[in-house]
Amino acid sequence: MTDAKDNAPSGGTLPPTAPARSGKPAFFSRRTFIRWSIPTGWTAFTAACVSGLVATGRFMFPNVLFEAPQSFKAGFPDEYNVGEVDTRWADSFGVWIVREQVGFYALISTCTHLGCTPNWLAPENKFKCPCHGSGFYRTGVNFEGPAPRPLERARIVLADDGQILVDKSVKFQQEKGEWEKPGAFLRV
Amino acid sequence: MATTTPKTFVSRTQEFVTSTQIWKSIFRNKLPDDRRSRALVVLSNVFLHLHPVRIHKSGIRVKFTWCMGGLTFFFFLVEALTGLLLMFYYRPTVAYAYMDIVDLAEQVPLGVMRELHRWAGHAMVISVWLHMLRVFMTGSYKPPREFNWSVGVVLLVLTLLLSFTGYLLPWDQLAIWAITVGSNMARATPLLGHEGPGSALLALGDVPLIHSGADARFALLGGRFVGEGALLRFYVLHCVGIPLVAAVLMAVHFWRVRKDGGISRPL
Repeated sequence: MTDAKDNAPSGGTLPPTAPARSGKPAFFSRRTFIRWSIPTGWTAFTAACVSGLVATGRFMFPNVLFEAPQSFKAGFPDEYNVGEVDTRWADSFGVWIVREQVGFYALISTCTHLGCTPNWLAPENKFKCPCHGSGFYRTGVNFEGPAPRPLERARIVLADDGQILVDKSVKFQQEKGEWEKPGAFLRV
Repeated sequence: MATTTPKTFVSRTQEFVTSTQIWKSIFRNKLPDDRRSRALVVLSNVFLHLHPVRIHKSGIRVKFTWCMGGLTFFFFLVEALTGLLLMFYYRPTVAYAYMDIVDLAEQVPLGVMRELHRWAGHAMVISVWLHMLRVFMTGSYKPPREFNWSVGVVLLVLTLLLSFTGYLLPWDQLAIWAITVGSNMARATPLLGHEGPGSALLALGDVPLIHSGADARFALLGGRFVGEGALLRFYVLHCVGIPLVAAVLMAVHFWRVRKDGGISRPL
């Protein structure tokens, strides 16, 4: 019978200090390990949970969209007739290009009321939204129906190859005075 | 003088069936013919145990409850069943969605199935509002039932979202433009909608984190407009996501009726 139990002092009390296995105090004792590992573990667990949630949220935002790009080349300026609202890019890119005597502007075909797509009614010389009846002049300024502000214009410039370049990601709002900014109107 | 009733064929068959191991392994209690055994039936059944063990007669008067909570749940079950059946035919893609809906009405046997789903959907929205109205009018939202009222408000929103997501699936002009209009509200979400208040605050230097290609509406539609991505997302939310959450909350809702002292009673 040489068990450690037999060597323990009687009376059920523990010795005041556990005898170190070697004579020196341990550099990294069991107690130090517990004191650091528990908060470290919980921090790591929390970080893993949070990054998992963020990554799952990111999962809902696809990297590749199967929709028309925001900017496109719209052909050469001489392909447009002066005084006409050109609807050739309306279905594919959601943009009307209007050719005036002095130049071009590009109207984004999203109604400023609730986001439907108006139609260009050439005989009535206006854009008319089928959802709630908002009407816009060919300049894009609203004049009837519930739309609270004019249509937005997209950035329109000449590309290096001489084609018209339209970028819908840059928008110009009339009520903010942005139609006077460079890029809102293309002079030719 | 004890009278013994003669054993008929029916009673002898009943005795035999209820003494088999199959019967006894399914039904742990004797036939519920007294108060205690009726309570035991409710307590030992996984579905019934959500329900109060006993209800006072005055609490379930139709004039008091309008039966609107029960009807709402009934309509939900109708929706789950008819919706599951519709899923065997409906394909949530731009190429097929509209024609599949037309086929469901014109080609598939029992063409009324899709209409049942639609009518029960409308009925569920109406009945859940009336349920809310009667709970309000009878003061049944007051403590100790205030938490269950809050659960009910979430269930109301989920019902409306089920209705909203289902609206897109026929993929006709009405559906597309209604969802275009409806989802545009998400543009104005505080912080997370690109036209909402405070969205400009979320930016890294000059690069905005919230824009039309990354905001609440974009996450909902899976794109900048209502297209293929939106149809698929709304389909998944309509068929799996929202019903799952609603079913869990319904279990909580019914359970809380029991835990908050049973169905409320007229004063």
